[in-house]
Amino acid sequence: MKVQITDRLVAQRDAFGETLLELVAEDERVYVLDGDLANSTKADMVALERPDRFLQMGIAEQNMVGVAAGMASCGLVPWLSSFACFLVNRDLDQLRVVVAQPNLSVKLAGAYSGLLTGKTGKTHQEVADLAVMRSMPNMVVIAPADGVETRLAMRAANAYDGPVYMRLTRDPHPVIFPEDYDFEIGKGVAVREGTDVALISTGEQTVRCMEAATTLAAEGVSALVLHVPTLKPLDEAAIVAAAEKTGRVVTAEDHTIIGGLGGAVAEVLGERCPTRIKRVGIADCFGESAANDDLLEKYGLTSDHVAAAARSLL
Amino acid sequence: MGKRDLTEERRRELRQLAIEARRLIVESVHHAGAGHLGGPLSAADILVSLYFEIMNIDPQKPGDSDRDRFILSKGHSSIGLYSVLAMRGYFPIEELKTFDAIDSRLQGHPDMAVLPGLDMSTGSLGQGLSPGIGMALAAQLKGQSYHTWVLMGDGDSQEGQVWEAAFVAARYGLGNLTAVLDWNGLQQYGWATESGYGTLERMPPQENPVGRWQAFGWRTLEIDGHDFDQIVEACTEAKESDGTPTIIIARTVKGKGISYMENDYNWHAQPPTDEDLRLAQEELAGQEKAL
Repeated sequence: MKVQITDRLVAQRDAFGETLLELVAEDERVYVLDGDLANSTKADMVALERPDRFLQMGIAEQNMVGVAAGMASCGLVPWLSSFACFLVNRDLDQLRVVVAQPNLSVKLAGAYSGLLTGKTGKTHQEVADLAVMRSMPNMVVIAPADGVETRLAMRAANAYDGPVYMRLTRDPHPVIFPEDYDFEIGKGVAVREGTDVALISTGEQTVRCMEAATTLAAEGVSALVLHVPTLKPLDEAAIVAAAEKTGRVVTAEDHTIIGGLGGAVAEVLGERCPTRIKRVGIADCFGESAANDDLLEKYGLTSDHVAAAARSLL
Repeated sequence: MGKRDLTEERRRELRQLAIEARRLIVESVHHAGAGHLGGPLSAADILVSLYFEIMNIDPQKPGDSDRDRFILSKGHSSIGLYSVLAMRGYFPIEELKTFDAIDSRLQGHPDMAVLPGLDMSTGSLGQGLSPGIGMALAAQLKGQSYHTWVLMGDGDSQEGQVWEAAFVAARYGLGNLTAVLDWNGLQQYGWATESGYGTLERMPPQENPVGRWQAFGWRTLEIDGHDFDQIVEACTEAKESDGTPTIIIARTVKGKGISYMENDYNWHAQPPTDEDLRLAQEELAGQEKAL
């Protein structure tokens, strides 16, 4: 499988809406519950085409999660549409008690995750969802890199019998995976081989790591890129192998450096393969409303920041 | 409509069952040295009515897709539910001795992941009605005729989620969903009156639940939650709703049946001593004799 940055731009939310419509058509168990954000998350594709499968729950996330749990207990597969910032925080106790503890098959689609939320600022930027959801027993946590992986991960999540949190993003982003990609929950993907440093990333930061690897190659530095779409269960073997091969690790995520991918990699390597690590991510602070490029630059998430972190380990 | 008269004999049977449930509740909490008493005792008559008279269930088939669903939103009253489930044949009565012990299926708060017969996990208050909406919606979407019952507390419904759920249930016209409010007038510690916190006197957790629920679009039925004729009649009437969710507002007494526990918030969650247990057993035996 060749993973490469293409000219094709796809917003994960568009892939989400389209795939949801397919799932509704293929699987009679699937229903969409919306927290009054369907025209942002693109769950409105289902509302318009299949209103019989779309249940508006209003601006009341705690109740929405409970309703989903009740439906799942009766054999249905509810997909929840809301922003990551609300879905993770507003109803966290409900997710814990009626979804994760009874291990019910509720699918949580956290739209507009990370810093790039369309100029809405810190209240709407969710940069700790991976940390929070990863620490919840029974929860599967997935952060796709592009539109293709979003589509495949949703299909895997729908087929999986248990709760899944999907971290999705708002804006168009380069497609890197081919359509024949065999996505598997819990499996990392070696995007690029290398020997000097391992760039381990999740979500859309994988594209920026690929760009950083190209920059580093021009400087004579051989960078391995490992994409980790599933934060839980974590592909520990792939992470340990990357560290053993290179002896230096940079992690990259549009998320706080506490408890997300950087935290998870540090936990694994600390126990299994102590390695020098640099975590590229949001440095324990809240964001602000601004243009995407300005946010990436100010909060240290560009490919240049990844490359600089790699150089600092050489 | 909704009229369902209990025979003299059936009324006596239900009373007998409720006395037995109260005995199991007090003995189990005494044995475990932990657990709640006031709430399970106030809910005992409602639980007995639902499981022995109202709900369409089969203890041999706890996962049957067409069964009525029950959610104990006030999950801390778990021992009340466990006692009634055991009496109904879901598991041996002997198992009540494992309540709250390591590896037990009878967790402090109901855990559907380990005990068949529980339709939802609860314990964090205010969360029961929402899954009830999900179950009632699922019945409509799948064309099933089962009814969903949610037993709530008045303290339980101080949580905001309850009112999110109340709004949504009415908007979806869920006539196949019935809530029962165990309106016992006390919570764990409560709100002081002018006499302060040094007395037993407390403000009620909820005032005017009838007005509140009606304002949210629910049909309300007010009853004495310790009168089997009224409970059974209200539940029967609730099942006949045509597109409006119903709440049965059942006036109850916290600690009902054990005189020294009644209306005393201190018995919310206090294990009885050996002497307390003896007095309770004696009192319940007296009630049994008087049937």
